Amino acid sequence: MDPCLLEVRGCRQAYHKEASADLVVLEDVDLSLREGEIVALLGRSGSGKSTLLRIVSGLLRPTAGEVFWRGTALTGPADGVAMVFQSFALFPWLTVQENVELGLEARGVARAEREKRAEAAIDLIGLGGFESAYPKELSGGMRQRVGLARALVVHPELLLMDEPFSALDVLTAETLRTDLIDLWSDGKLPVKSVLMVTHNIEEAVLMCDRILVFSSNPGRVASELTVPFPHPRNRLDPAFRQMVDDIYALMTRRPITAPKAATEAPVSPLAIPLQRVGTNLMSGLMETMAADPYHGRADLPALAAALQYEVDELLPLGEALQMLRFAVVEEGDIMLTEGGQLFVNADVDERKRLFAEALRAHVPLVMMIRQVLDERWNHRASAVRFRDELEDHMSPDYADDTLRTVIGWGRYAEIFSYDEEAEQFSLDDIE
Amino acid sequence: MSVTLPASLAAGRRLPNLWDLAAMICVFGALIAVAHVARGTLVPIDAPGATEISLDPMRLPEYAVRTTLRMFAALIASLLFTFTYGTAAAKSRRAGLVLVPILDILQSVPILGFLTFTVVFFMNLFPGQVLGLELASIFAIFTSQAWNMAFSLYQSLKTVPADLNEATIAFHLTGWQRFWRLEVPFAIPGLVWNTMMSMSGGWFFVVASEAVSVGDNTWKLPGIGSYVALALEQKNITAVVWAIVTMLAVILAYDQLLFRPLVAWSARFKFETTAGATADDPWMLRLLRRTRTLQLAGDAISRFAGALGGMRLSFASKPRQVATQQPSRAVDMLCLALLSAALLWIGYEVISFVSDKLVWWDVAEAVGLGLITLVRVAVLMVLASLVWVPIGVWLGLRPEWARRAQPVAQFLAAFPANLLFPPFVLFIVHFHLSADIWLTPLMVLGTQWYILFNVIAGAAAFPGDLREAAANFRVGGFLWWRKVMIPGILTYYVTGAITASGGSWNAAIVAEVASWGDTKLVAHGLGAYIADATDKGDMAKVVLGVVVMSSFVVLFNRLLWRPLYAFAQRRLTLG
Repeated sequence: MDPCLLEVRGCRQAYHKEASADLVVLEDVDLSLREGEIVALLGRSGSGKSTLLRIVSGLLRPTAGEVFWRGTALTGPADGVAMVFQSFALFPWLTVQENVELGLEARGVARAEREKRAEAAIDLIGLGGFESAYPKELSGGMRQRVGLARALVVHPELLLMDEPFSALDVLTAETLRTDLIDLWSDGKLPVKSVLMVTHNIEEAVLMCDRILVFSSNPGRVASELTVPFPHPRNRLDPAFRQMVDDIYALMTRRPITAPKAATEAPVSPLAIPLQRVGTNLMSGLMETMAADPYHGRADLPALAAALQYEVDELLPLGEALQMLRFAVVEEGDIMLTEGGQLFVNADVDERKRLFAEALRAHVPLVMMIRQVLDERWNHRASAVRFRDELEDHMSPDYADDTLRTVIGWGRYAEIFSYDEEAEQFSLDDIE
Repeated sequence: MSVTLPASLAAGRRLPNLWDLAAMICVFGALIAVAHVARGTLVPIDAPGATEISLDPMRLPEYAVRTTLRMFAALIASLLFTFTYGTAAAKSRRAGLVLVPILDILQSVPILGFLTFTVVFFMNLFPGQVLGLELASIFAIFTSQAWNMAFSLYQSLKTVPADLNEATIAFHLTGWQRFWRLEVPFAIPGLVWNTMMSMSGGWFFVVASEAVSVGDNTWKLPGIGSYVALALEQKNITAVVWAIVTMLAVILAYDQLLFRPLVAWSARFKFETTAGATADDPWMLRLLRRTRTLQLAGDAISRFAGALGGMRLSFASKPRQVATQQPSRAVDMLCLALLSAALLWIGYEVISFVSDKLVWWDVAEAVGLGLITLVRVAVLMVLASLVWVPIGVWLGLRPEWARRAQPVAQFLAAFPANLLFPPFVLFIVHFHLSADIWLTPLMVLGTQWYILFNVIAGAAAFPGDLREAAANFRVGGFLWWRKVMIPGILTYYVTGAITASGGSWNAAIVAEVASWGDTKLVAHGLGAYIADATDKGDMAKVVLGVVVMSSFVVLFNRLLWRPLYAFAQRRLTLG
C-alpha cells in the first residue's frame, strides 16, 4: 500500500447561530488519501464538499475533528498543497508568467530559479507563447491552464481542484480533462495525488480512481466507490455508462430518516430549504417529460444529456416537482404523476390554480405567509421577519434561496404579491 | 526566457535618443525648482522678500511652481494618510468602528473655516519661519484631499474578491505580500480616480490658503493665490487676467503630464476578466514608454517595487486558518465603553468651551444663516441640473462629442473657481447689484462641472438597445426623459451632485464675501458668518459656524443624497 498523504478524522463543520441549534454543514467525515490516486468529492451544491476541500487545504479550521498532513496535525495552509479554483482566481494585473510565479515568490525562490520553473510549468500545460499575456486576453480554457500551471509550479505533493472545469464550456472542459489525465498517466505531473471537487458524475468517473459521494444537509460521505477502469477511459463503454447510472441512482435515493428523528417534534415549515427553481423551468420539464420520447418516464442521465443539463441543475428541479407531487424521482428515473399530467394539459389559468393547490397542500411556508397576511388588518408583512426565522434553521444563503423561491412560486400561483422595494408581502392585486 | 526580458534591454537599442535629452532637461529642471523652493521655506518670515509678492507677470512662473509644489507636498501627505488610516480602518474591525464614522464626518467639515487656527498652530511649531505658513497651507490642501482618498482605499480593501484572497492564502503569501500583490493593485483604479478628483478640489484650497490673515497680521506666501489677493487689493485687473492664464497653463500641464497618463496606466489594474475597448495611450504615457532612459528608470523602479512588495515580511508567524468562531464580545464591550467615555469627555469640553462665550441666540443666528445658505445651495443645484443635465445627455449620446467634452469638463472642474471671482465682483460693483443674489452663482462656479461630466459619462454608458426600444415604441418628449433617460443616468447624476453640493457648501465661505479694493460685498449666510468670525479672530463663533455647517452638510447627505443614491443603485442599475 502506498504511504498515506492526508487523513481527515471525524471532521465536523458547523456555523454557530445564536438562540438556536448550530447549522451543520459537514458531519462526521472521514477521508484518507494515499499517494498515486485521484479522488473525487462528488455531491450536489450545498453538500459541504467545497467546505471539506477548504479544510483539507488549511484555509478553514474544522469545528471538530482532526486533519493530518503526512502524519502531523494541520494548522494552516500546508507546504505541499496547491489549489486550483473554480473561478480561476487569476490576478488580472499580473501576466501569465507573473501569475504562475506567485507561489514561488511567496516561498522566497530566487528570481532566476523562479523564471526557469515557471517556464517549465507553462510549457508543460501547453501555454508556451502566452507568457506575457494578461488573463483578460485569454479564453476561459486558457485561463484555467494558467490556474493549473500556477498550482503545478510549486511541485505540490497534493493538488486540490475545486470544480475546476465547471466554468468552462463542454468542449473546452473535455480537452482540459483529457490533457490533464494524459499528463498524469505519463507521470509528467509533478504531484503525488489529486483531490477534486465536482458535481459532474461523468467527470468523476472519467478522471478519478475513487469517488466519495456526499449527501446533503448535513454533508456526509454517503458512499465510497472505486473506479476500476484503466486510463484512457471510454465514455461510451457499457461498463462506464452503468457506473454513471448507478451513481445517479445513488444520488436520487430517498434519504433514509434516522430512527431517532421520528421521536422529535414535527419539522417546522421553516426548516425545509428550497432550491431556486423557477416555475417556467418546472412547466418546461413536465412538458418535455409528457411528450415524445419519454411519455411520462425518463432516465435522468439520458434526460440530462439530452437537455445539456448538469446533475446539479436537474436534480433540484426533479425534487421540486416531487415535493409538489407533480413527479416522482426514484433510482435514477423521473416519472410524471397524475397531477403532473393534468398540469401539462391545462391552460394558463388552470395551471396557476393547480399550482396553487399543490403549494397549499405541500409547501407549508407559503401557507404560513398567506395566513399571516390574512390575519393582519392591512394585509402586509415584512419579508425580513420570515428571513430571520428561516435563518434560525439554515444558513443565510439557504434562507435567501428559500425565500426567493417561495416568493416566485407564491407570485405565480397568485397566493400573495411581493414588493421588492419595501421587502414586503401583501395581498394587493390578489382577488 | 527572452519573452520576459524588457524590450529596452534588447541589444542594439540602448543608444540614447532625442527624447532622452528632453527628458533629462525636464528631470533636472524639476529637481532644481524643488531645491530652490525648499531653501525658501527655511528663511525667517520677516526676511526681505520671504512673504512679499510682486505683481510683475514675469514672477508668475515662479509663483506657479511654488503653488504646484505645495499641491504635491499635500498629495504625498494624503497618500501617507490614506495608506495608514484607510488600511487600519479596513483591516481592524474594532478600529473601523471608530475610524470610518470619523472619516465620514471629516468629509463634511468645511476646513477653510479653520484656516486661521491651523496657521496659528503651525506658526507656533516653527516660530518666525516661513515653514510654519507653508505647512499651514499644505495642511489646508491635505484636508481637501485626504478624506476621500482614504475612503476609496477603505472601500477597495473591503471588496477584494474572495477567491483571489483565498488564492493568496493557499499560495502562502505573507500579509505584506498580499497587501502589495493583491490589495493595493485592486485599489489602484479607484485611488487614482479619487486622487484626481481630490487634486481638482485642492487647487481651490491652495489659492484660498496662500494669503492668510490672523488678527491684524496678513501673510502672503509666494504663489498664485497670493498674487490674486494682492491684485484684488490693488484693483489691478490685468494682473488678475495674467494669473488666470497662468493657472490655466498649470492645470493643463498637470492634467496632461500627470493624470491622463496615470489614469490610462491604472486601467491595467481594473478588475475585469474580459478585454474591453482600450483607448489610445495619452501622448505623455507614449513618451514615457518610448524614451529609453526613462524606460530603464521605470524598469528599475518597478523591479525595486516588485522586490519590496515581494519581501516575505509577516506580522503573524504563520498564515492562519480562518476560524468560524465569533470574535470576543467582552473585548468589544470594553472598546465600546472606552469610546463612550472619551466621547462624553470631548462633548463636555466642547460644550463648556462654547457655553462660556456664546448664548442661545448665537446658535439660532447661525442656524438661521445656515438655512439661507441651504436655500442658496438648493436653488443652485436645481439651476445647475436644469442647465447641465440636458446638455450632458445631448453630449453623452453622441460618442464623438462625449469624447471631446469629457476631458474639458474635468479640466473645468479642476480650475480653481476663486480665481474667476474678481471679474464677477467687478461686474456686481459696477452695476450696483444685490450681493445676496449675485454673489450666489460663485458657489457653483467650480462645482457645476461635476454634474456635467458625470451626466456625460452616464449618457454615454446608456445601453443602445434601450434607446432603440424607446425609439421603436415612439417614446418621445417629456415621457422619454421621465421613463427612459433620467432613470438611466440617475446613479451618475447623484454621484456628480453629491460632489457638487458638498463643494458648494465649502465654497460658501469664500463666495459669500468678496472684495474689490476697499469695496466689500457681503451676502447673508453661514459662509459669510464664518468668514467674518475668522477675520475678527472670534474662535467660539468660528467653531459654532463650522459645527452648524457640518451638521447641515451631513443632514443634507443623509436625508437626500444617500437615500437617492441607494434607490438608484437598487432599482435603476441594470444587471
